Amino acid sequence: MNKMPDVQNIEIRDTAGRVAQVAEELQDVQGEKMVLNMGPSHPATHGVLRIVLELDGEIITKADPDVGYLHRGDEKIAESMTYTQFIPYTDRLDYLAPLANNVAYALAVEKLLGVDKNLPPRCQYIRVMCCELARISAHLLGLGAFAMDTGAVTVFLLTFTEREKVYDLAEAASGARLTTSYTRIGGLVRDIPPTWCAQVKQFCDEFEVALAEAETLLTRNRIWVDRLRDLAVVSKEMAIDYGLSGPNLRGSGVEWDLRKNQPYLCYKDLEFEVAIGSVGDCYDRYLVRMEEMRQSVRILRQCLEKIPGGWGNDSKEPVCIADGKITLPSKQKVMSSMEELIHQFMLVTEGVNCPPGEIYFGHENPKGELGFYIHSRGGGVPYRLKIRAPSFVNLSILGELMPGCMISDVPVILGSLDFVMGESDR
Amino acid sequence: MTALEAANSIKAKFGDLISEPTEFRGEISLGISDANQIAAICGFAKSIGFNYLVDVSSLDNYGEDPRWTVVYHLRTMLAGVEICLKTSVSEEKSELPSVVGVWRTANWHEREIYDMMGIRFCGHPDLRRILMWEGYPYYPLRKDFPLAGKPSDLPGVAFTRVTPMEGGPFVTVAGVGDSSAREPRVRVPETNE
Repeated sequence: MNKMPDVQNIEIRDTAGRVAQVAEELQDVQGEKMVLNMGPSHPATHGVLRIVLELDGEIITKADPDVGYLHRGDEKIAESMTYTQFIPYTDRLDYLAPLANNVAYALAVEKLLGVDKNLPPRCQYIRVMCCELARISAHLLGLGAFAMDTGAVTVFLLTFTEREKVYDLAEAASGARLTTSYTRIGGLVRDIPPTWCAQVKQFCDEFEVALAEAETLLTRNRIWVDRLRDLAVVSKEMAIDYGLSGPNLRGSGVEWDLRKNQPYLCYKDLEFEVAIGSVGDCYDRYLVRMEEMRQSVRILRQCLEKIPGGWGNDSKEPVCIADGKITLPSKQKVMSSMEELIHQFMLVTEGVNCPPGEIYFGHENPKGELGFYIHSRGGGVPYRLKIRAPSFVNLSILGELMPGCMISDVPVILGSLDFVMGESDR
Repeated sequence: MTALEAANSIKAKFGDLISEPTEFRGEISLGISDANQIAAICGFAKSIGFNYLVDVSSLDNYGEDPRWTVVYHLRTMLAGVEICLKTSVSEEKSELPSVVGVWRTANWHEREIYDMMGIRFCGHPDLRRILMWEGYPYYPLRKDFPLAGKPSDLPGVAFTRVTPMEGGPFVTVAGVGDSSAREPRVRVPETNE
């Protein structure tokens, strides 16, 4: 005789799946299906994403994401300008984290040049701090918009207050809030101002408080948990098969972080944990992002402590590679020395002379792996530059994820995937 | 397993189809002489651990033969071994097998290459344009396509197909006449009255 199942072991998981199952059983009694067009201009699609939904009542039976409304042809544009001239275009990829894009692109070109391991230590630390600030800023926007779409508007106000401070930091370092273009091939456009590190420290202190406050509003909030748990579950295998990256991949329990697994810059000298999820639902992806922000603060604090040259750079540590064929010489030298004048002239008119060859460099951006594939045939202009946009790849799973969910789940799923169309469409 | 060992085991399996592995900046690449075998080779690569397809890129070697190069970047998750596979396709053929059956992430990458370069992938479940709109006549990433673009018909406003409610009863007409003319009323779709 079969043993009765232990009541306490019964798990009620996958509610969305059960809805779909019920829907299938009731197919004959239900009416005809309806096609609903969502986007490209819809507040919950975070940009110009369009999804063509096929609905059976409130249940999605088919979803066809349609991207490309923000296509600007960045890859084509890159083929007609020097490597340095393309830096401002990288600001506009993931426009929620331009500093991280700048770093990713600069590192890719430096890898092609073979100098990515020789960057001055101060430059590496500043770049890491920029990346982590960008990560915090991007996750804050993602979290705020995610919570707002789910009905928790207060969180949005909290996160945007903190984001403003990151913008101030970006402005203090680069001169611009959004279009930072802070990196150059082989270094940075300039050193950070002397007061910057103190500002970062103050930001870290204030941000930790604000993040804890945002967390009390959400993490154990019954409505939030009920709407996110067991929704749009992505298994480990599925996440890898669909090429997900960043928090979406780690939310499914894959411990993969390029900062840890293929360390670049000075990440191997810094201590931080890689947050992973256990179920792979929307709630796990939310938790991973929350933890990532805390780890970013941890990284920032270590950088503040270790930054070569100290906060004010009293020992005059360089922030650019000392190679006249890669980085611009100082203006003073250009005006007084023939060789530097020639270097300046060649760099500005012909660009950094890259060797023939091809490289791929993947960078752990807030949204996932931002990769640049550069095919060079020599000279200062890339022959082909392919951008592996994490948002583009992450979105490709939507058609698989949405069927079976309710229409009110759509903003939750989109918020949990946290994409940005400027990057997806390039 | 290092990238070089992986490259050698792929070469051992497929022999002359695969070129000698080359290394540049620490990246190992393999050339594949017959593009028709790409799906089989990728399937084998997956079976030895390359379960993550990072990226698929395409290259227009304008003025050379074969004109197209397709580049696959593979990775083993979690060991992090990376390898790059490259294959070439002639302009007359412009077609190679799809690897969607190996990694589902290839779906959108291949659609993008079809959209931008005009290389077709046979066996792809849904080979449509992805960034440009359906019906766009050119392939913008080709080297003979001018940077300034070429004039072409625009897609019908934002939609490429008729919206579901258009022409139905009780429809508000957008932007035509004053509000009394636009307000919902029964309309005959054929005459729009």
